[in-house]
Amino acid sequence: MNQTIAEKIISAHCDRKVKQGDIVIADVDFAIAQDGTAPLAIDVFRKMGQKKVFSMEKIAFFVDHSAPPPGKDISTLHKLMRDFVREQGIYFYDVGSGICHVVTTEEGHVRPGYLVVGADSHTCTYGALNSFATGVGSTDLAAVMASGKIWLRVPESIKIILSGKIPPGVYSKDIILYSMGKVGSWGAVYKSIEFEGEVIKSLSVESRFTIANMAVEMGAKTGLMQVDEKTRKWLKDKVKGEINPIFPDSGASYTKILKYDISHITPQIACPHSVDNTHPIENVEGTPVQQAFIGTCTNGRLEDLKIAASILKGRKVNPELRLIIAPASRKVYLDALREGIISQLIEAGATVVSPGCACCVGTHSGIPADGENVISTANRNFKGRMGNPDAFIYLASPATVAASSIEGKITDPRRYI
Amino acid sequence: MRGKLLKGKVHKLGDNINTDYIISGRYKFKTLDNVELAKHLLEDIHPNFYQKVSPGDFIVAGENFGCGSSREQAPLAIKYAGIGAVLAKSFARLFYRNAINVGLPIIISNTDRIKENDTILVDLAKGNISIPEQGINLSIEPFPPEILKIIEAGGLVEYFKKYGGWPLSL
Ligand code: SF4
Repeated sequence: MNQTIAEKIISAHCDRKVKQGDIVIADVDFAIAQDGTAPLAIDVFRKMGQKKVFSMEKIAFFVDHSAPPPGKDISTLHKLMRDFVREQGIYFYDVGSGICHVVTTEEGHVRPGYLVVGADSHTCTYGALNSFATGVGSTDLAAVMASGKIWLRVPESIKIILSGKIPPGVYSKDIILYSMGKVGSWGAVYKSIEFEGEVIKSLSVESRFTIANMAVEMGAKTGLMQVDEKTRKWLKDKVKGEINPIFPDSGASYTKILKYDISHITPQIACPHSVDNTHPIENVEGTPVQQAFIGTCTNGRLEDLKIAASILKGRKVNPELRLIIAPASRKVYLDALREGIISQLIEAGATVVSPGCACCVGTHSGIPADGENVISTANRNFKGRMGNPDAFIYLASPATVAASSIEGKITDPRRYI
Repeated sequence: MRGKLLKGKVHKLGDNINTDYIISGRYKFKTLDNVELAKHLLEDIHPNFYQKVSPGDFIVAGENFGCGSSREQAPLAIKYAGIGAVLAKSFARLFYRNAINVGLPIIISNTDRIKENDTILVDLAKGNISIPEQGINLSIEPFPPEILKIIEAGGLVEYFKKYGGWPLSL
């Protein structure tokens, strides 16, 4: 039987050869939860009558969604997490460490062939490292903490082949937004996506994370990529020992094979209020924006801040708009400081806030006013996503957000690069 | 414990019933009381829906049932309203997981021929839906026995309490 990457990884975690549609109980290599989901998982863990986690080495908690906390309800939940972490000895990344998905990869908790679950829907980000990684509920996570295992339905797979040469001013965010527009929000429900093609090969690992991160916006369970020299190099100083990349068999079965040539695409924007409402920038240029946000597990990495700084350097943020920047992790923040990127951004008029999810989900900072337009590098623009259902969120690449910050309206970044 | 053979009346809904319709965000965070939550089931699209449900009734829907957020309150509200199972052409992934984990049976089936107020019989173990009055028989993929055990135990928490962990084989 020829297997997809998903089938191979799941097979290796339940000691039998599985196929699409099977329901199995699989071993978990690493599990994470964040401050929006960990408290409930702790509660369920106790209700299950459990005393001790299955392994201290394979679980991490993160305080990133409301970090630092805006009120005592949330700081009480953070305390609950700290108490649990102390009791159990699991990994813990507190306020200021950064976004779970970015820190998990930076710290080498994830490697090719791993099966990773997270009580957060964007856990699929680690697919870029060839790991079967997927979001789960709090009850699931509690069961994993107790047993190290999870029940899974082996997903069907879709292959997305991206070909062509990336045009100037177009970044991995534009490529995934373009694909989103084609596949649709529910085009890949319950599927595992395998991203392939010369475009993926030409992208840095950081840029690949941006694409895998948004697989869930198509409804997918995970978004996998193959290991190449770039992956190996990226992992080199992060994980110990030999890595074990998983490739699909030739003749593995895919429910769909989609091919997109991106040679002629232009910068893309996802307009309110759905991620697949994507348009070429030409259609929305000139729309006034009052807040711009660069950050998140999609686009808050060093490469993203670098692109933004290269556009903003020596220029000024438009006085009609505020630009908020949240480095995705402490490491990103420090690297950006050392490279002078942070001072360039601040000199241009940006506000840099502490590493974490920041404005992404409206739980503690940068909430837009009624009727305001926001341009953001995040992955979701649902109504109310940033904490105000009467605001309008446009999603774009860091370059587009930076260029728009200069003009105070949606702006084609190609004029600034 | 829920029996494997379910019988009840149909409440028919359309495609893309999202978690906010199932239980509005107004209540999602307000209460941990599932019985209270259940009283507001689907009220934004069907006022008084809760009052129309008799224990064991079915929700029958189209594509993509339960899309939206990953919150477990959605299947919980349905379960505590007394719904015996949800039948739909497809389910959003996290809803599917959460439903099984809280012990709400969910069934993937072509629901086109099932109508409002039909009385249907569902055999979860055999994988069969029938509408005796109309002589309609539909087959469904049966759950693996161990997943069925989780549903029958009333969810993963109860299952873990009862069996102390996962089944040995699956
Ligand atoms: S940055 Fe946004 S999308 Fe990413 S984990 Fe945080 S809240 Fe979720």
